[in-house]
Amino acid sequence: MPAGRIMRTLIAAGIGLGIAGAALAQEVVKIGMILPMTGPFASTGRQIEANAKLYMAQHGATVAGKKLELIVKDDAGVPDNTKRIAQELIVNDKVAFLAGFGLTPLALATAPLATEAKVPMVVMAAATSVITEKSPYIVRTGFTLPQVTAPIADWAAKNGIKKVVTLVSDYGPGIDAEAAFKTRFTAAGGQVVEELRVPLRNPDFAPFLQRVRDAKPDAVFVFVPSGVGAAFMKQFTERGLDKSGIRLIGTGDVTDDDILNDMGDVALGVVTSFHYSANHNSAVNKAYVADYKKANPTMRPNFHGVGGYDGMQLIYKALEATKGSTNGDALVAAMKGMAWESPRGPITIDPQLRETTQNVYIRKVERVGGELYNVEFETIPAVKDPTKAPK
Amino acid sequence: MLTILFDGVAYGMLLFLLASGLAVTLGLMNFVNLAHGAFAMAGGYLTAVLSNRMGVPFLACLPLAFLFSAALGAVLEPTLYRRLYRRPHLDQVLFSIGLVFMTVAAVDYYFGSTQQFVRIPEFLKQRFEIAGMGIGAYRLFIIVVCGLLALLMQAVLSRTRFGSRLRAAVDDPPVASGLGIDVNRIFLVTFAFGSGLAGLGGALGAEILGLDPTFPLKFMIYFLIVVAVGGTTTITGPLLASLLLGIADVAGKYYVPKLGAFIIYSVMIAILMLRPQGLFARAGGK
Repeated sequence: MPAGRIMRTLIAAGIGLGIAGAALAQEVVKIGMILPMTGPFASTGRQIEANAKLYMAQHGATVAGKKLELIVKDDAGVPDNTKRIAQELIVNDKVAFLAGFGLTPLALATAPLATEAKVPMVVMAAATSVITEKSPYIVRTGFTLPQVTAPIADWAAKNGIKKVVTLVSDYGPGIDAEAAFKTRFTAAGGQVVEELRVPLRNPDFAPFLQRVRDAKPDAVFVFVPSGVGAAFMKQFTERGLDKSGIRLIGTGDVTDDDILNDMGDVALGVVTSFHYSANHNSAVNKAYVADYKKANPTMRPNFHGVGGYDGMQLIYKALEATKGSTNGDALVAAMKGMAWESPRGPITIDPQLRETTQNVYIRKVERVGGELYNVEFETIPAVKDPTKAPK
Repeated sequence: MLTILFDGVAYGMLLFLLASGLAVTLGLMNFVNLAHGAFAMAGGYLTAVLSNRMGVPFLACLPLAFLFSAALGAVLEPTLYRRLYRRPHLDQVLFSIGLVFMTVAAVDYYFGSTQQFVRIPEFLKQRFEIAGMGIGAYRLFIIVVCGLLALLMQAVLSRTRFGSRLRAAVDDPPVASGLGIDVNRIFLVTFAFGSGLAGLGGALGAEILGLDPTFPLKFMIYFLIVVAVGGTTTITGPLLASLLLGIADVAGKYYVPKLGAFIIYSVMIAILMLRPQGLFARAGGK
């Protein structure tokens, strides 16, 4: 064989191999999911992971001819970890999506990487308003605190509550909730007589609750992260605030489905506003809850979980729309404006804000079939984040 | 105002119960046991499991929590801790903090990271008012139990034969053993007792302080503050320090909620600037 032909054959073989290699690489689309699976916020991670796996089990792992691979990594709730893991996922695993993000600082730490690598970043749980503004590649399938806070402020003003003390955990989402509640409630003619901020690592609510009691408001508006809610509720009743005529209102974090049933009767009658209750009355939700419980017999889906479920749904739909292309810009463009019926009700990805527009429900804790549930009794349709909507 | 004082005292008493065991090991045995909170957590989780899953009444859980943590202490003292008595403090700190992380991870694995709930009996959930002071029955219960235990400990240490043997064993182990005192056994009993107190504190405190796997880390700082401020040579020192910190913390959060979390640390710094040896320790003492 002349040398020329050998060269040509070799080159052809090389090209052939290259193409085959590329085709193989394209077969698999990786989703890098970073969650707090250990540490104080592990329940968020477990919920989202369970939901992501549930969605994949229900719908199969193949989308638009591509095989999806879910990589779940634990950041233990530490922003430095999240950032490092995100970098590894982008550089080594070449993930097409970043997903998860249990807390605001974790999402913020990763935002610059998403921008730089042009990788869509689906935020499923972290709930401070500002997150989606930090990168054009961030799309949120959870909720924002102002979004769920405004409706309870309106409801309170309409239901004879005039004086309110706000009590929030002293960190991003808490301050968001405090501001959103005050703006909306005072605009509706109510009065916020006192604004209390509780340290995030606060062992004892006694002094703050005593202050609430002495201020004698009609109601106390509460935002605390879900795990803390239980301790708060107990001390609320222990201090006799329930009998002193002060109502407890808040966002649904306080009566998180994950732990609501363990709180006992102290939770009964608490009114909250939120975007998801496991008790939501729709065929989609009933099927979802049934499947979820079959896969995870000891758990009940909660709001973070449903954010994860819809996040996976968004990833599937975006891949279908781009016919399997993993170009970040194309995927984000496809995500904008998407709408479907989620277990929480109809939702839309707002094309400008990249936030989920969704119904917010006013609910009351009641005993349903021996278990405590947030029972929805009023619906505020298609709520956007009120702090961003006018832009 | 009085209600705040009452809540502060209850909180302080709880801190005392949790930290007193540490004061005992640190002050009397000169051992830095940062894993002290882990024994408290063990008592708390035992109570949560017994009362919620097996329906054991809460009041019966308390002595069991004490015994469980004490037994745990009694097992770990000869197997792990004893080796480190003569080692420098840095070794002890590293060892015990490692132990903390292991317990945190283990508890997280077996029980999950969510808050555990302890159901207390109805009669302790009451609340009544005396002369304008709102009193929660449960907090009153804590004050009474911790107060009695403090008296008991003080009496044992200063009045009994065991107390004087313990002090002798601490002051000079070789001479004490030369006099026929079984130093190892005394340390074992003391360590177990201190751990038991922590377990009881964890069981009593679960209702007010919450209970999750990070408990030993969350409260380590508070224990250390109590011990640093109160000194470790007496029982009254940590007791008064706990009360002072409890009241300062609760009152501070009530009157200046914006500064809330800082009060307890500011008080500690102020006290240690004025009396670096601790509030009640004799200058020059250990």
